[in-house]
Amino acid sequence: MIESIIKSNSAELTQNTKKGAPVVLSTRVRLARNLADTPFPERATPAQRSDIMSRCVDQICELKHMKNGAFFEVSELSELEKQVLVERHLISRELCESEQGSGVFINKEQTCSVMINEEDHLRIQFLKTGFNLNSIWKQIDHFDSDLEKTLDVAFSPEFGFLTACPTNLGTGLRASVMMHLPGLVIAEHMERVIRAVNQLGITVRGLFGEGSDATGHVFQISNQQTLGESEGEIMNRLGNVLKTIIDHELNARFKYLESNRAQMLDKIGRAFGVLQNVHVISSNEAMNLLSLMRLAVDFKMLPESNRSDVDRLFIECQPGHIQYAANVDIDPEARDLARADKLRKEFSNLPPLSFDKVGEND
Amino acid sequence: MSDHLKCSNCNKEATVHLTQIVNNKIHKVDLCESCAQKKGVTDPQGFSLADLLSKTTFTPEGNETQLTCPKCGMQTADFRRTGRLGCAACFEVFADVIRPVLEDMHVGTSHQGKVPEMALTRQNGQAQLQGLKDALARAIAAEAYEDAAMYRDQIKEMEQAVAELEVSQA
Repeated sequence: MIESIIKSNSAELTQNTKKGAPVVLSTRVRLARNLADTPFPERATPAQRSDIMSRCVDQICELKHMKNGAFFEVSELSELEKQVLVERHLISRELCESEQGSGVFINKEQTCSVMINEEDHLRIQFLKTGFNLNSIWKQIDHFDSDLEKTLDVAFSPEFGFLTACPTNLGTGLRASVMMHLPGLVIAEHMERVIRAVNQLGITVRGLFGEGSDATGHVFQISNQQTLGESEGEIMNRLGNVLKTIIDHELNARFKYLESNRAQMLDKIGRAFGVLQNVHVISSNEAMNLLSLMRLAVDFKMLPESNRSDVDRLFIECQPGHIQYAANVDIDPEARDLARADKLRKEFSNLPPLSFDKVGEND
Repeated sequence: MSDHLKCSNCNKEATVHLTQIVNNKIHKVDLCESCAQKKGVTDPQGFSLADLLSKTTFTPEGNETQLTCPKCGMQTADFRRTGRLGCAACFEVFADVIRPVLEDMHVGTSHQGKVPEMALTRQNGQAQLQGLKDALARAIAAEAYEDAAMYRDQIKEMEQAVAELEVSQA
């Protein structure tokens, strides 16, 4: 069913990496919305859930962002297809578990997805590569206003947009930025950073959200509070924290390179060697090596044009994607072989690492 | 202060005591060993006290009056247990129960963001229209024909305005 998503040559996350963007991989903003007249998904009857779904689908497919989009009902997706969509950050794990009457709308560029009957009736998400809070907010705000022209959303002047969980009340807005922070991890500063930003109402999670670990030195950083501030204030506050983290990360990289140059180049050089010759590799190890390749691009050891290859492989080396590409059911051991084949082929096409421009400023 | 603090999650003896400052407010939570494990408190990376508080502050204090939402059947105890609301009407029914929870959870307790003007205008319009229709029916039943004519004109006017609004949007 999701063939078009995988094979797409215009997918935002895998095909449209922002040039010259170290640290920030991608930015997502999501809005939680509910219809005024029907119980929230968890308390809705099966009949109400399908009614919500058909009403939302009718309205959403009219919107210009969704003109060439696709709608998938969760019950029609296989476990593997769901996993692939989760790995592309287009649906949540929670949606995968939901019963009859849940689905997701995904636009052609995979920048916009709308989950129906997840925890709330609607979870609208916009996603772009690079650091883009303001431009994404403009898009999602517009999309939301268009939807509100025809759908009666649940809203109270006091509590704002009404959501099943009070943690999302008010704006219903969660902005989340995927950050690549190898410098802070290597310098062992990450724990301190997490503690500091937690106190500012900012949450740090691993690559796949709650409970996942930070493989590949990739962290998801998002606002925790949604009520009591406007959307602009929430994103400003988050944006300022993120800018500080970017500074700290670049600083940590520079410092490490200055005091441990040989060790740093050795780490990256060895990772490159492994990726060119590997025959068995787990997804964890692959993420960690790819992380060093992204760093290699940042350090100008690999051409800028290879940044998008690295970012694409971050996604395509996930277990679901490897399994999907194999076309037949394979076990985890066979997946590790298939992943290694893929990486070996991809990295044999890359130019050798160049060590002369390392650490030079633009 | 009692010798044995109770776990705020399950009432067993608490052995893990946490303090976190969020937005200059001090949050304290006491947990027993197993709840601390379950909540992931022992994992410093994936843990945020505010997430935890959002669940544990829901524990009832003594015998609380049980309210029931007429729309979805949700009760105060359900909210305390799950931390979730059942429908839009719940927010009116449980407003006094929700407010204190929000204080610990968010930057402020009242909405400062976007207002869905279009949907609200439409919803208010529909409520007004229904009110007028009810009044019309009552006037006719009471044979107050002058009033009835007035309500009928008002209904016509409103329906026209709604139609024009829809045209302008399309």
